Amino acid sequence: MAIFLDENSKIIVQGMTGSEGTKHTARMLRSGANIVGGVNARKAGTTAEIEGKQLPVFGTVKEAMSETGANVSVLFVPPKFAKDAVFEAVDAEIPLAVVITEGIPVHDAATFWAHACAKGNKTRIVGPNCPGVISPGKSNAGIIPADITGPGRIGLVSKSGTLTYQLMYELRDIGFSSAVGIGGDPIIGTTHIDALEAFQNDPETDVIVMIGEIGGDAEERAADYIKDNVTKPVVGYVAGFTAPEGKTMGHAGAIVSGSSGTAAAKKEALEAVGVRVGKTPSETAELARELYKEQ
Amino acid sequence: MDLYEYQAKDLFAEHGVPVLPGAVAATPEEAKAEAEKLGGPVVIKAQVKTGGRGKAGGVKLADNPDDAKAKAEAILGLDIKGHITRRVLVAEASDISEEYYFSFLLDRANRTFLCIASAEGGVEIEEVARTNPDAVAKIAIDPLAGVDRRKAAEIVAAANYPEAIRPQAAEVVVKLWETFVAEDATLVEVNPMVRDPQDNVIALDGKVTLDENASFRQPTHAGLVDAEAEDPLEAMAKAKDLNYVKLDGQVGIIGNGAGLVMSTLDVVAYAGEKHGGVKPANFLDIGGGASADVMAAGLEVIMSDEDVKSVFVNVFGGITACDAVANGIVQAFKLLDERGESISRPLVVRLDGNNADEGRRILDEANLPGLLRVDTMDGAADKVAELANRAV
Repeated sequence: MAIFLDENSKIIVQGMTGSEGTKHTARMLRSGANIVGGVNARKAGTTAEIEGKQLPVFGTVKEAMSETGANVSVLFVPPKFAKDAVFEAVDAEIPLAVVITEGIPVHDAATFWAHACAKGNKTRIVGPNCPGVISPGKSNAGIIPADITGPGRIGLVSKSGTLTYQLMYELRDIGFSSAVGIGGDPIIGTTHIDALEAFQNDPETDVIVMIGEIGGDAEERAADYIKDNVTKPVVGYVAGFTAPEGKTMGHAGAIVSGSSGTAAAKKEALEAVGVRVGKTPSETAELARELYKEQ
Repeated sequence: MDLYEYQAKDLFAEHGVPVLPGAVAATPEEAKAEAEKLGGPVVIKAQVKTGGRGKAGGVKLADNPDDAKAKAEAILGLDIKGHITRRVLVAEASDISEEYYFSFLLDRANRTFLCIASAEGGVEIEEVARTNPDAVAKIAIDPLAGVDRRKAAEIVAAANYPEAIRPQAAEVVVKLWETFVAEDATLVEVNPMVRDPQDNVIALDGKVTLDENASFRQPTHAGLVDAEAEDPLEAMAKAKDLNYVKLDGQVGIIGNGAGLVMSTLDVVAYAGEKHGGVKPANFLDIGGGASADVMAAGLEVIMSDEDVKSVFVNVFGGITACDAVANGIVQAFKLLDERGESISRPLVVRLDGNNADEGRRILDEANLPGLLRVDTMDGAADKVAELANRAV
């Protein structure tokens, strides 16, 4: 089964003909993802050859969907045009839109999220500023390297791209059902809670790894959710214990303001509901391995 | 980016939010000149990006221009919670009948915007929220609908502002929303918003945070950066387009990806507990690419930090393969050597992930001076902390 993405996923790429879009479309194709086309209004009707595959370019997401049956869009559209591109995906009611683009103004993210809600949340938005979703052996929507690990029974949800790769690598002997990079921006579509819920309901996932970082209160809210709704074992990791107040640590959302958003508070909240939190990524992987063996 | 009060008020004025006349001054003489222009009593306010200025002696009333000069002299140079006052705002002294609280901000948890307003102002809103939560109105703002006169009327009523000034207050609220949206702000706070004896509603103080992601459509925002107040290393890194934050430890850190670098800082701090308490000296994310140029630029900034005793390069090869990263490191050493910069402190490199074996082989073959390869993150952190402690 995996979550959000599986062997039936048909992917289109918004921004496929740009340099990032082309590069990552090629990588997704090499990893076996079923990419069926791209969207670029200015190049509608043309074909792009990527990795030896002729990919049609459509004028709109809607057209791409009706022509190809696509049910996933991955967005590499530059920040300036990202809001309109997400609106388009939402208006076309594509079930999943994975927004890779980094550097989208938060007013734009708030606006496209409000628009998605107003349209009845028919489109699941992952990101922005995220590495995407991978269900190893099935499909790959985004930039997560497919060669780190193969399929297995661990589910992972993370705010950070490289920490996702690190944990997948450390647990490559077990493998993953799905890994979801939700992104480190202040406003994101899919949250830790959404992924936890999906992993809890996924018969192919036995253990859940959840990676958080400073800023906001998403981890605390996830802890509340776990307490009442998640029966599968969850292992946590939180980055940013040494981050000083008021300094943004790379991700736009990774900032401690006052007493809120600290890594210590997040770790405490998770541990209070029985989540085992690793001190380092390696220790976290070890905890996940132990719990997996106990299953 | 947080703005100074005077910058916030300049933005307010541009968007039609009523503020009192005033200007910023960097010397006592300038303060005197501004006071002369304004005539009458003035307030001299320290311009620092922190709260509690009043209590720290950073806000003083002056009766006349000479007094303004004396008060500015007392405030300039004042250390307020570690922030040195280098400018003061000289503003017309106001007659205040009442003070209120008002803000628009980002509500991360609910993925929308929020308005917080209270008829109790001039104080810490967190304190009011704790002791008298009913006095604080929190109103969600739909980004699609925004704040028009009708929404503003709802806000000022919910905040329980006095009926007599609600129409004026609502007008100010609409203009503050316009400021919030037009400037791509993530916070617009007015504390206090005041009522004067003529029932005018004025923004007496202002706090604004701007979204740096929006700089592509906010060409004027770059001019609001206070280059003088920036840490020189941070300024150097920014000029090289690096994502760098100066911290106060001894272990220089370079990594790829914000989460991994944050995690690296933590792992080094833990390791440091066993090695004389050494700590990370900086945050530096060189991004997914990790090219030779970026690596060289990063090393250059870190080697310019005299507090740094050892350096940890922690790269997980995901999209970029480790052999490319290793070549980047070798090239960076060459580049720095050519520029006459020396890698004067020991470097511990951990490469893992995509094509790690080849990356490690390249590093071993290059046999770079002072470079040590450790293949696990925890092991490398321990080594680099040990080296830093030895050099302290």
